[in-house]
Amino acid sequence: MDLPRYRKRVVRWPILLLCILQICLIFHACLHRQSSADGAGTHTTIQNTGSDTMVNLAQAWAEIYSTVAPDVSVEVSGGGSGTGIAALINGTVDIANCSRKMEPSEIEAAKKNTGKDPYEFLVGYDGLGIYVHKSSTLDSLSLEQLADIYGEKGGTTRWRQLGVTLAKGSDEIIVVSRQSNSGTYHYFREAVLGKKRDFRLGTIDMHGSKDVVELVGRTPNAIGYSGMGYATEHVKMIKITKKLGQKAYLPTIENTQNGNYPIARPLLMYTLGEPSGKVHQYLDWILAAEGQKIVQESGYVPLTMAAVSSEEKKP
Amino acid sequence: MKGRTRFESIKEWLIERIIWICGVSSILFVFAIFFFVFREGSAFLFRGFKPVEFFTSIEWYPTSQSHVRYGALALILGTFSVTTLAMLIAIPFGLGAAIYISEFCSARVRETVKIIIELLAAIPSVVWGFIGLTIMNSLIIRLFHAPIGLTMLNGGIILALMSVPIVVSIGEDALKAVPDSYREAAIAMGCTRWQLVYRVLLPAARNGLLAAVLLGIGRGIGETMAVLMATGHSIRIPTSLLDPVRTLTATIAAELGEAAVHSDHYQVLFIIGILLFMITFIINLTADLIVKGIRKQ
Repeated sequence: MDLPRYRKRVVRWPILLLCILQICLIFHACLHRQSSADGAGTHTTIQNTGSDTMVNLAQAWAEIYSTVAPDVSVEVSGGGSGTGIAALINGTVDIANCSRKMEPSEIEAAKKNTGKDPYEFLVGYDGLGIYVHKSSTLDSLSLEQLADIYGEKGGTTRWRQLGVTLAKGSDEIIVVSRQSNSGTYHYFREAVLGKKRDFRLGTIDMHGSKDVVELVGRTPNAIGYSGMGYATEHVKMIKITKKLGQKAYLPTIENTQNGNYPIARPLLMYTLGEPSGKVHQYLDWILAAEGQKIVQESGYVPLTMAAVSSEEKKP
Repeated sequence: MKGRTRFESIKEWLIERIIWICGVSSILFVFAIFFFVFREGSAFLFRGFKPVEFFTSIEWYPTSQSHVRYGALALILGTFSVTTLAMLIAIPFGLGAAIYISEFCSARVRETVKIIIELLAAIPSVVWGFIGLTIMNSLIIRLFHAPIGLTMLNGGIILALMSVPIVVSIGEDALKAVPDSYREAAIAMGCTRWQLVYRVLLPAARNGLLAAVLLGIGRGIGETMAVLMATGHSIRIPTSLLDPVRTLTATIAAELGEAAVHSDHYQVLFIIGILLFMITFIINLTADLIVKGIRKQ
């Protein structure tokens, strides 16, 4: 009875040793891969996390960049601007995507945690379109009118009040909004309603930017907001003016670039410290003509050619 | 021989233990879930939670910059109205189909219908939600000239379609479980087929049928994705079938992802979880009491 047990014990030791060796090898391989990310090795991986608004754009950049520079692969993930900034503060990401500016407290936290200043790169703009059904006769709205439609205790609830007559049925305005986890929701609230005001109760809250446009396209009574890149043939984008009586502008590329269209926000990328090596090359490529062309193709607004070269450092 | 018996007895003991664990685990899980949900929500429950606001106000502003309010009245009414509407549709249809399948149709039709109903149960809730969002929305706008089709009616119909397969398959099982001797006796007494169903089968199978209905209601209250998409997710007290609503479950699904862990908002969402837990518990308890009451008579 003792014999087999003894034999087993002899056999076990080499296996254990082998296992340890194996684990060491795996660790070594991992470390090696890590060190190559600094730019010295043959293959580099750039970690890119953040804004959901920008995730499709970042994905498009990453895909095309892999053909431009085959030795670099960019790993893109979403999760929201806050997620990207948190990763930047923890130092676990190379580039953080952000559809809002970093708060001073976040910049402080990043400095304190990593000892490096976050560098900001403006990579494009996102113009928020106000959508109505394609049959609507509505042409333009002012920001105040929009706030009166969307805001808490706002007085505008009927299309009649805006001078629009619908073909048939009720003329109640169906106000389409987003669920509160959306960055667009927060941006719209800040830009249109003001910091302190809330949305009215009874808005139809959709999950995604595309859902809003699709619902508006099927609902003659509806009004909704979404990125200008989501426009379809079933909806109409209306002109927006800052104040009633002033000239109203459509969310076109030109109007967004020169600041005439009032509901547009910057798309930003942040790095820790001044970027170097492959990350620097990647950002340069994004800001150059080829990268900016992809911005436009993805439905966002590229920087003007003048803005392309200006990289600015923010404290 | 001796070693073998020892092995056998160990095996026996082991299997007994495993079965015991299986039996006890469900109790354990229920308590663990309740404990977890309660723990996550409890800190706020005893600190800043305002029950009066929660149950009487419809102002749900969890992410407001100026004045955060947690009034869940509209959400509670939303859940109840959609579920009630769904059950008003699903119970007659479901039980009717169960009776038809079990008593009236031929074996061939039965097999086909059963397969189709099982197929209905296999459709994921996201797909149901999508049907509500696209097809039903346009249909309701066109038929009722409603300003929007994402309404309580839309959600109720979708939910009813989702609950029917459960009601049918459990209801049919309950009817099948009634011994054939009952049927033979009833027919021997000269009953018509309808009298057989109405006077003999339904009373004999009532516990199983009640269970079928309850599971349907449970599905209705607990369903999240489909109602999130089909009801419009809009905070208001519904006054007609064509009003959009928002349910408790949909609120948790839409907001839990963004709520910072252990923030007030996060804990309020868990309080909603506790509320849902209570509602199902009360429904099950009443059903249990009803069944016991019926048995005593």
